[in-house]
Amino acid sequence: MIITIAAGKGGTGKTLVATSLALSIDNVQFIDCDVEEPDAHILLRPEIFSRKPVFIPVPQVDEEKCTGCGKCSEVCVYHAIAVFSQRVLIFPELCHGCGACVHLCPENAISEEGMKVGVVESGKADGIEFIQGKLDIGKPMPTPVIREVKREINPKRTVIIDVAPGTSCPMAEAVKGSDFCILVTEPTPFGLYDLKLAIEVVKKLKVNFGVIINRDGIGDYRLEDYCKSEEIPVLLKIPFQRKIAELYSKGVSLVSGMPEWKEDFNNLFREIKEAR
Amino acid sequence: MKEIVVISGKGGTGKTSILASFAVLAERKVICDADVDAPDLHLLLKPEIEEEHDFWGREVAFIEKDKCTECGLCLECRFNAIKDFEVDFFSCEGCRLCFYLCPGNAIEMKPNLAGHWFTSRTKYGLFVHAKLEPGQENSGKLVAEVKQAARKIAERERIELILCDGPPGMGCPVISSLSGASLALLVTEPTLSGIHDLERVLDVCCHFGIPAAVVINKYDLDAGNTFEIERFCAEREVEVLARIPFDNVVPEAIVKGMPVVEYTNTNTNTNTNERVSREIKALWKKLEEGIGASGW
Repeated sequence: MIITIAAGKGGTGKTLVATSLALSIDNVQFIDCDVEEPDAHILLRPEIFSRKPVFIPVPQVDEEKCTGCGKCSEVCVYHAIAVFSQRVLIFPELCHGCGACVHLCPENAISEEGMKVGVVESGKADGIEFIQGKLDIGKPMPTPVIREVKREINPKRTVIIDVAPGTSCPMAEAVKGSDFCILVTEPTPFGLYDLKLAIEVVKKLKVNFGVIINRDGIGDYRLEDYCKSEEIPVLLKIPFQRKIAELYSKGVSLVSGMPEWKEDFNNLFREIKEAR
Repeated sequence: MKEIVVISGKGGTGKTSILASFAVLAERKVICDADVDAPDLHLLLKPEIEEEHDFWGREVAFIEKDKCTECGLCLECRFNAIKDFEVDFFSCEGCRLCFYLCPGNAIEMKPNLAGHWFTSRTKYGLFVHAKLEPGQENSGKLVAEVKQAARKIAERERIELILCDGPPGMGCPVISSLSGASLALLVTEPTLSGIHDLERVLDVCCHFGIPAAVVINKYDLDAGNTFEIERFCAEREVEVLARIPFDNVVPEAIVKGMPVVEYTNTNTNTNTNERVSREIKALWKKLEEGIGASGW
């Protein structure tokens, strides 16, 4: 079973929930798909055994074969190739690696070389199989890294995926194909507004979902009222407590610092299995 | 023209609460929200929309079943967007490879309305904001349009300052929000995650040569981590401009739909704590002086 933990709004407690769930159940594979800012390793402290670079294929022109016809520039929708006075200029940072230029060059003058955009790291944290992706500094596109990380999914384990904030492509790419999505939010108008946007994505992806209310008590009742009226299951409420915030700030997971929460996360897991 | 962009790496550190307060404190400015896929600033600024513009994203491939012979050439798709001769909307990156390869002209590239952007009036000033349709890509391009529109308005109105609320993370929308910025204000919090993400996002600023300064929000949550952030900033020669305490007045103001400095000004509730607003006002004063001295 694959469970994704997403939010819409940033900083609502995705990583807190994902790591505590992972530490409460058996036979887990943990995948950090927030490749822009992966933080789960801070709480799970894995030992990393292997690092695999992620490349996207960018074009390379064989100048002897190239006639400067301009076809490659014409077919590239990302404007990553320009042809000036029969010389081809390539802007690798705009390239998505789609291969259109390679396929369509009439002279077969284009080959590809890998451009590194990130890394996939694998390791172990106690019994947990741990995988994380990291986007390189200054590289704009997280999705190729997310795709590579998701290739590591081990179907023999319960897979827990920590997702980037937002509701655009990196979030959709990570949530896609999962069996259940936990949306973590907070009871403020910001949390509610962004939750509604996230729900639209999850519904379009046809993934079952439920909500966890974190920092319960800081805001108002509009979030709960909304969940009630839309019949969205509230799976768990985590109260706002200074101690919980302090544990997180020191990189201690909720269930390690306050083991009494283990039972709640076990129940959460049971509820998700039943909801499927 | 000066442009201050508030970013953070990690989400939920307080970008929007701080930027909304600047919108109250700054005199002449154009405000823009560059967090287009989870925009929240409008919930505090309560804009009256004056103009609405379509944002067209990348085209999406569509297979016409009656023309398709299932020859399989389109399965060359590098994004695995074609399964059973249907296109998965979320995976298609609009590269047109399938469109070019299909021998039977069975593939059509359809335009894709990916979102909207708005120019609005608020009681704090003119405001440019946007909404990306859920699950869309290309948010960096929409951010660029929002910023472009804000600059045009500033030029037209002869306004010298743009205040921009940025997105979390460090990928395309962040890079896009940083383009042309005079100063990136990095809002962090004293958690190990906050520190980790600050380091990465500061590296991004350095990579693109954008001057940066740091604000430690909720600094009293963990004294050790706050010290660590200060040590790190000193080592990287980045100025820490403010330390804002943790206080429930911030979520209270959000619930009331008001920028926090305005909430504490108007609220007669005696429980209201002024510390947060005082720090934000002092921070704004420093920024104003910095702008005046054209340090940024």
